[in-house]
Amino acid sequence: MVPVKATQRETLGGLTLPSKFRALRQQLGQAVTPYLFLVPGLILFAAFILLPMAYSFRISFYDWNIIRPERSEYLELKNYQDIIEWPIFRRAVVNTLAYAAVTVPAQIILGLGLALLLNQKIPGQTFFRTVYYLPVITSWVIVTLLFEYLFNSQAGLINYWLQRAGIIDDPVRWFADEKLAMVPIHLLGIWKGLGWTAVVMLAGLQSIPRVLYEAAAVDGADVWAQFRRITLPLMRPTLVFLLVFLTIGALNVYISGLLLTDGGNPLDRTHFVLTLMYEETFDYFEFGRGAAISYLLTGLVFLISLVQIRLLQREIEY
Amino acid sequence: MRKTRRLHATITYALLILGIAVVLIPFVYMFSSSIKPQSYVFEMPPRLIPAEITTRNYTEALDTDQFGLYFLNSVIVAVGATTLTVLISSMMAYAFGRMHFRGKGLLFTILLLGMMIPPVMLIIPQFLIAKELHLLNSLAGLIVVYVTMNLSMQTFLLTGFFKSIPKELTEAALIDGANQWTIFWRIILPLSRHGLAVTIIFTFLYSWEEFPWAHVAIQETNRRTLPIAIALFQNQHLTEWGQVFAASIVALLPVLAVYIVFQRYFIAGIATTGMKT
Repeated sequence: MVPVKATQRETLGGLTLPSKFRALRQQLGQAVTPYLFLVPGLILFAAFILLPMAYSFRISFYDWNIIRPERSEYLELKNYQDIIEWPIFRRAVVNTLAYAAVTVPAQIILGLGLALLLNQKIPGQTFFRTVYYLPVITSWVIVTLLFEYLFNSQAGLINYWLQRAGIIDDPVRWFADEKLAMVPIHLLGIWKGLGWTAVVMLAGLQSIPRVLYEAAAVDGADVWAQFRRITLPLMRPTLVFLLVFLTIGALNVYISGLLLTDGGNPLDRTHFVLTLMYEETFDYFEFGRGAAISYLLTGLVFLISLVQIRLLQREIEY
Repeated sequence: MRKTRRLHATITYALLILGIAVVLIPFVYMFSSSIKPQSYVFEMPPRLIPAEITTRNYTEALDTDQFGLYFLNSVIVAVGATTLTVLISSMMAYAFGRMHFRGKGLLFTILLLGMMIPPVMLIIPQFLIAKELHLLNSLAGLIVVYVTMNLSMQTFLLTGFFKSIPKELTEAALIDGANQWTIFWRIILPLSRHGLAVTIIFTFLYSWEEFPWAHVAIQETNRRTLPIAIALFQNQHLTEWGQVFAASIVALLPVLAVYIVFQRYFIAGIATTGMKT
């Protein structure tokens, strides 16, 4: 049926399309088709990823006027210089690095412990895994508000329990003090990320061949020796991946800081780099300074990831 | 030997249950606060099991506080973004995974770079571009950005899935005269259900929970999605925790449903790509 139709169409008007042309058309179609599949994605990618990257870089050198961009004043490196010397920014960098330094190792150590517990053949494994994953799938906004309530100074569960246990005498006003405010923020970061870390570790643990442990046990290696000689070395790629990934995530801490301390309360001393970036940009409309902060954070993230990867790779090579 | 094993199992369970308590107590407390009357929200001592139960927080949140509307907005955004992400990234993945063309390697590398760019760097110019395109204050503006932010990762994931489908399956169709679109639509997509499931779950959750972009892109009250609506509601009504948590529980339900139904895909997605929600 089909070939007949095709011939009919091609002989229309008394002309026969030579097979050469048909082949050419087919070839052309083959060359174009892949790009047709790519076009929608590439347009989006260019408009909302590639263009913004360049745009943002340009803005960071200007006192950007969002109503009339053509009136923006070119400042060369002034935005960057000002921000680097700005005490509130420096404080925000320290807070952000401290957040990473506390929450990343805590998640890795606790996550490894949890994964080792879950990796045993025990009844209810799926149940435990499901529950531990609950904070991961709950949105940052919800868990942050939940922690705000738990650490509430008037009637929060945490204050009540600490008082009952005799650790504190009077309710603590967690969010009124720059150091104390970091306690719930850090705990939240660990609590929320633990399930994900454990599941990634579990995947790593399950890829280690059982035979290795059996052979080691035959040779008389105890559990600790097996952990040090088999588990840790074979888990290294997973651990490096987690270290880099969790650090990037931690340096981008934002929602918990924004909601728990209203950005930087008290006195702009609890800012993280991102809460400061958003405040500068969308509250004070300092788009140029905001863009400069975002590039500084990106640079910091790149640098730290690079150092981590290089250091750990060298260790693998011995 | 048997004794030590039993001791070992006991310790394992004790630790796991302790951990469960740490994870679950906040959620239990959230739920119990959502069904307490307002006057009990700051009761002393705080009670995990409420003395009095009410559904008022839920009815008020959904009705007078418009959380029903915000829920609908979230559904539109999440379903729209997920559908488009699946369609667009699977089309790209088909080209990258199963076709030959000039510049393939270069384009793929550029696309992968998208996974490494921190979203922070993009949000300011994305705001300015969305402003030019009149995409601020619209659900479409949220959808477009969510699709773009998921494109690299999902295309990468699906390219791997599509590549693993044996050539013989599509060659037969080609000889029978099927065109590339037919092969993509009728053969490749149906055979990649597992991969598509991972894509659907992760994009849905991402779009359902996204806060930073929605927070800057949406100023109009009626266009809010659940995360910004909940955060702003709490900011304005500092003491009405019952309603905050009622809205939170409602926002959490679809996530829980998706998670429980698709659990094995979740674990597979994390194990193969290290994706994070």
